[in-house]
Amino acid sequence: MLSDQEKQGIEAELENYEHKRAACVEALKIIQRSRGWVQDDGLHDAALALGMTEEELDGVATFYNLIFRRPVGRHVILICNTISCWIMGYNPVREHLSRRLEIEPGETSADGRFTLLPVPCLGACDHGPAMMIGNELYGDLTPGRIDAILEKYGWESD
Amino acid sequence: MERPLTQHMKPDGSALDISEYEKTGGYRAVRKALTMAPKEIQEMVRNSNLRGRGGAGFNTGQKWSFVPMGDDAPRPKYLICNADEMEPGTFKDRMLVEKNPHQLIEGMIISAFAIQADIAYVFLRDEYKTAGRRIAGAISEAYRSNYLGKNILGSDYSLDFHLHTSAGRYMCGEETALLNALEGKRATPRAKPPFPQTSGLWGKPTVVNNVETLCNVPHIVKNGVEWYKGLSRSEDGGTKIYGVSGRVKRPGLWELPMGTTVREIFDEHAGGMQDGYKFRCLIPGGASTEFLTGEHFDVKMDFDSVMKAGSRMGTGTMIVLDDTICPVGALYNLELFFARESCGWCTPCREGLPWVVRILKAIEEGHGEPDDLEKLEMHGKFLWLHFTYCALAPGAMEPLRSGLKLFRDEFERHIKEKRCPYENVPAARMNV
Ligand SMILES: Cc1cc2nc3c(=O)[nH]c(=O)nc-3n(C[C@H](O)[C@H](O)[C@H](O)COP(=O)(O)O)c2cc1C
Ligand code: SF4
Ligand code: FES
Repeated sequence: MLSDQEKQGIEAELENYEHKRAACVEALKIIQRSRGWVQDDGLHDAALALGMTEEELDGVATFYNLIFRRPVGRHVILICNTISCWIMGYNPVREHLSRRLEIEPGETSADGRFTLLPVPCLGACDHGPAMMIGNELYGDLTPGRIDAILEKYGWESD
Repeated sequence: MERPLTQHMKPDGSALDISEYEKTGGYRAVRKALTMAPKEIQEMVRNSNLRGRGGAGFNTGQKWSFVPMGDDAPRPKYLICNADEMEPGTFKDRMLVEKNPHQLIEGMIISAFAIQADIAYVFLRDEYKTAGRRIAGAISEAYRSNYLGKNILGSDYSLDFHLHTSAGRYMCGEETALLNALEGKRATPRAKPPFPQTSGLWGKPTVVNNVETLCNVPHIVKNGVEWYKGLSRSEDGGTKIYGVSGRVKRPGLWELPMGTTVREIFDEHAGGMQDGYKFRCLIPGGASTEFLTGEHFDVKMDFDSVMKAGSRMGTGTMIVLDDTICPVGALYNLELFFARESCGWCTPCREGLPWVVRILKAIEEGHGEPDDLEKLEMHGKFLWLHFTYCALAPGAMEPLRSGLKLFRDEFERHIKEKRCPYENVPAARMNV
């Protein structure tokens, strides 16, 4: 069942578009914001509200890099792995993150706190390597800067 | 030197609010435009030789001229700003939206008026959070001041204006895929013709323009065609936001006359290479353009000159490769991006790009075979224009085709020595 808040959010988005299905990306994002990811039942209910079949909506959901159809951690780390960041040292930064969180790209840390996802260019190429956590963008990364950033999100070194 | 697009931006990086923007002469061009005939604005922009800054360089006024006009034109008509900016190495539109959102809105109002559009959308990538917040705020301000909405500034022209934030996929930036995305479908491209100008969003006349393109429009209307052409050092009108990333001393963005040379951008503005690094080559305009080398430093960065030099200006944001970077590894990184972002709609791209990636990976890991280079060349031929549904795959082939020619000896060395000669350079390690 969609929560009241989710329902109201989706209704409000429907106002913004001339056709219901056009609001589907927003609807998926609303569900994801409240639940962390889009489960099957959320997809089902949203499809009903949008006048789409579940398959159609799943086709859209799975098209996008940032709609999650599988559980993710509380903080999703989006790290840019494309050319400018790669040149500037993506690999050492990514490897450091993997060591600290004990996860490979695509995985979620054991405590459920972090998911590490390499993504294409974040449009911060003059400050590569770059990554985002939530709404925050971090640039000019080095392995040495990572721990302090992770600590802001509740990571503790042992 | 005049820098119309960026001169009023604040050094602290915050956005100009509506009254600050008005004080710099902002929204005066809208007032002027509303007294002109739409066709007159189209003509003006065409004559200014403003060419699309999304990468293809099509004359903007000419693009608009295909939109049906007059009372029996299908309605509603749409103007869409393409702010999906996901081309690796490209970061110019972010700055334009973040630091001066009203300039973009003003450009969109005038452009919408010129094609008599009823509804405008900004199609923004989700990762641009600051830009999203600022453009949303600016849209509200513009509505309150009646630059948007019903009967703009007392005229009989009305415009509805919306922000759409996407959810991350490079393909959404391709203009017909963007239309499908806005309709709530998978972002696969559409066949052309019909062109969006006659049958676009919901089958109605639609123009899609890049952020930077639209930001130029108020300045052309305010200051005229001759002034605009005079800003440029080439046939293409205006200034250009150039960018440089990679191991240079000062990576960044600069608004310079269109047609500024590679040398001037690289040496004077980006400050040349960082100490300890040597220049090898650069990609002039985002990931999907062919390499340029030291021989090309006197090439002017404008659409025709870069084309003559065998590449494309693309987005005008250069990626510099230094001598510690393995060229095969760099191509692997580029092609992995394209393979992952391919929408899967047509077979050559869906099947071909992963094959290219597998071959490059094998060569980089020391398992390359001598005939691998022929296979890569074959892909360069068959994932080219007219064999695929959209320009993503040909774009992916541009660096590959030129890389195969330019770095032939590097490829052969990988295959012969059965290893990557750069394997100890951290950046040269491959992505997972
Ligand atoms: C795969 C792909 C991605 C693209 N991404 C963008 C983009 O993010 N922003 C953009 O303005 N143009 C992008 N383009 C180019 C657009 O299709 C289109 O040409 C452009 O938005 C037109 O605007 P302009 O005439 O103002 O340049 C992309 C093209 C392709 C093939
Ligand atoms: S070329 Fe690639 S991205 Fe373009 S339609 Fe074909 S599969 Fe999709
Ligand atoms: S390549 Fe990493 S932010 Fe652009």
